[in-house]
Amino acid sequence: MSRKLLLEHAHIEGINGYETYRKHGGYRAVEKALKNMAPADVLEEVKKSGLRGRGGAGFPTGMKWSFLAKPEGVPRYLLCNADESEPGTFKDRYLMEKIPHLLVEGMILSAYALGANTSYIYIRGEYSWIVFILEKAISEAYAKGWLGNNILGSGFDCDLYVNPGAGAYICGEETALIESLEGKRGNPRIKPPFPAVKGLWQCPTVVNNVETLAAVVPIVNEGGDNYARIGVGRSTGTKLISAGGNINKPGVYEIELGLPMEEFIYSDDWCGGIKNGKRLKACVPGGSSVPILPHYLVTKTAAGENRLLSYESLADGGFESGSMLGSGGFIVYDEDQCVVRNTWNFTRFYHHESCGQCSPCREGTGWMEKVLERLENGKGKLSDMDLLVEVAKKIEGNTICPLGDAAAWPVASAIRHFRDEFEWHVREPEACMQRNYGLVKEKAEMA
Amino acid sequence: MKVTKGSANDARPLPKLVASCQTQVLDGMEVANITSEEVLNARKGVVEFLLINHPLDCPICDQAGECHLQDLSFEHGLADTRYEFERRTFEKIDIGPYIKLHMTRCILCYRCVYTAQQLTPERVHGVIGRGDHAEISTFIEKAIDNDFSGNVIDVCPVGALTDRTFRFKSRVWFLKPMDAHRNCEKCSGKAVVWMYGNEIYRVTGRKDQYGEVHDFICNTCRFEKKALEDWTIEGPRDIDRHSVISQNHYENKTVTVK
Repeated sequence: MSRKLLLEHAHIEGINGYETYRKHGGYRAVEKALKNMAPADVLEEVKKSGLRGRGGAGFPTGMKWSFLAKPEGVPRYLLCNADESEPGTFKDRYLMEKIPHLLVEGMILSAYALGANTSYIYIRGEYSWIVFILEKAISEAYAKGWLGNNILGSGFDCDLYVNPGAGAYICGEETALIESLEGKRGNPRIKPPFPAVKGLWQCPTVVNNVETLAAVVPIVNEGGDNYARIGVGRSTGTKLISAGGNINKPGVYEIELGLPMEEFIYSDDWCGGIKNGKRLKACVPGGSSVPILPHYLVTKTAAGENRLLSYESLADGGFESGSMLGSGGFIVYDEDQCVVRNTWNFTRFYHHESCGQCSPCREGTGWMEKVLERLENGKGKLSDMDLLVEVAKKIEGNTICPLGDAAAWPVASAIRHFRDEFEWHVREPEACMQRNYGLVKEKAEMA
Repeated sequence: MKVTKGSANDARPLPKLVASCQTQVLDGMEVANITSEEVLNARKGVVEFLLINHPLDCPICDQAGECHLQDLSFEHGLADTRYEFERRTFEKIDIGPYIKLHMTRCILCYRCVYTAQQLTPERVHGVIGRGDHAEISTFIEKAIDNDFSGNVIDVCPVGALTDRTFRFKSRVWFLKPMDAHRNCEKCSGKAVVWMYGNEIYRVTGRKDQYGEVHDFICNTCRFEKKALEDWTIEGPRDIDRHSVISQNHYENKTVTVK
């Protein structure tokens, strides 16, 4: 087992209450930072740690923070993006449900580093019960003097609010989140200006994922250099992976980045292998929006190297033969799953969640969904695959926010790797309603 | 639009295509517009997407002849569609006594929403739902009741919002647009009256060559002043030679060639 930094105490009874959390070293980092460190020191530690955004894009957090504009007399805001709605991802939910104080602590530290006196946790509407868990944690933190005015006599004021959304995937996009928080329709804004310059109420704003903010706590406790020692290359630290699908032990795991995929899927410490002794067919390593990997590219890259759970290794091979770490929604498919049906399901989600601001995404996602529905039900045409690739290409890159790309990638990658299966759905419409295609053949085998 | 060179200081091209209307011009910036294959392809894609849920009812649409979507599809569109599924349809709605909303034709550009929000003090009109199931709507079909509400008709690029006092009266290319003005206490009174013989069929705001409205006009001028004596006619409106509306009507303004 590897080291746990975030979920170290998650199993302890009552850790969601203040007393237990404090007894196990909680708020030590706030004490350390507010008493002995200047805001710039905290920022420096985060930069040294090499922490990268855990929400999906993997942008270095320290760099993002240093971009924050600091004009005189204008408030700055820190927003926590808890609008975790990607199919397959449920890591933030676990973290907030189990140890809400870790997020509160991480937010106080981050707000201190950024000089933000008001912070918001924007949480998705479907997590309605977690709102109460967080609010309880926040009121405990207020009562014990960790939030409010002049925290620990340092002169730093910090207010923290929880704001539930109304249930929209698009509000997880940072500018849509800001719009929604302002009480408007959650449509993404055109960038630039970036939120770091003009964000919430036109003030400089930083938006970070729950896990990113929570990771600031161990970084301050242990020091950025020590944190950076964990992991491989530019993927430092630990990452929560929410594993699901046809595996023996689904759940949220904290891994050290750089863990081999093979070990993660098959070791009893982690997922424990494929259910019922079946064979692996495919894997979506980072939530529904990243490209799908066929079985022969899951444990090895196209170049034959071991594939690791890290930002770089998963992206190895680009869109041709790689994927992305994304938000860590790890979905495993066994040989009895249908890729066409899965792709249809994902596309149905994106069709439902597209905000409708940009025409390619608004109309394209619906179009792809209808074509995929036809294919899945054995009424497709051989030309449909080219049509889907073409539509996906027209969506990708032509929208304001990445939702269009997120909708296009799974379709394009599924057709790239599983074209045989799609064609089989057209050629044998009767059979595709009764059984599944099975494993795809590796290109080398087919030759 | 493709930015092929970022600026004099930073020559890197921008990775994605950008919208020309919201990109800040920098010194030394170089852009490719119709010379970039990528841009033309992307536009073609967007037009195809726009037409997916837009009905082909141009022969009976009041906007025909002055429709931006018509012009766009003429410029970029394909002759046939690859879309083989049912299009979305809606019942027509009367919003107030003057405006007809036909959502089937709407391409969800939000222009009417932005205009209404800028012009009117209360928010009575917006977008509900999301994605391709979104709708432009008034607050539970409440009428837009405002002196300047008629301007949403002018900004609508397609025939989704039309003038109820003009619906099905004539095709726009049979009418002669004339610049006219009147003394109005609510607005500037500068408008375009669309005439057939000595009859005024409809009144609209004045638009520039890019289709932007110069002066928003009030509902009294737009819907209620249709008698010739209400207006001082200034003369024929300058209409772009390429527009169908200029057909058979006027010579272009005389330009002296030096």
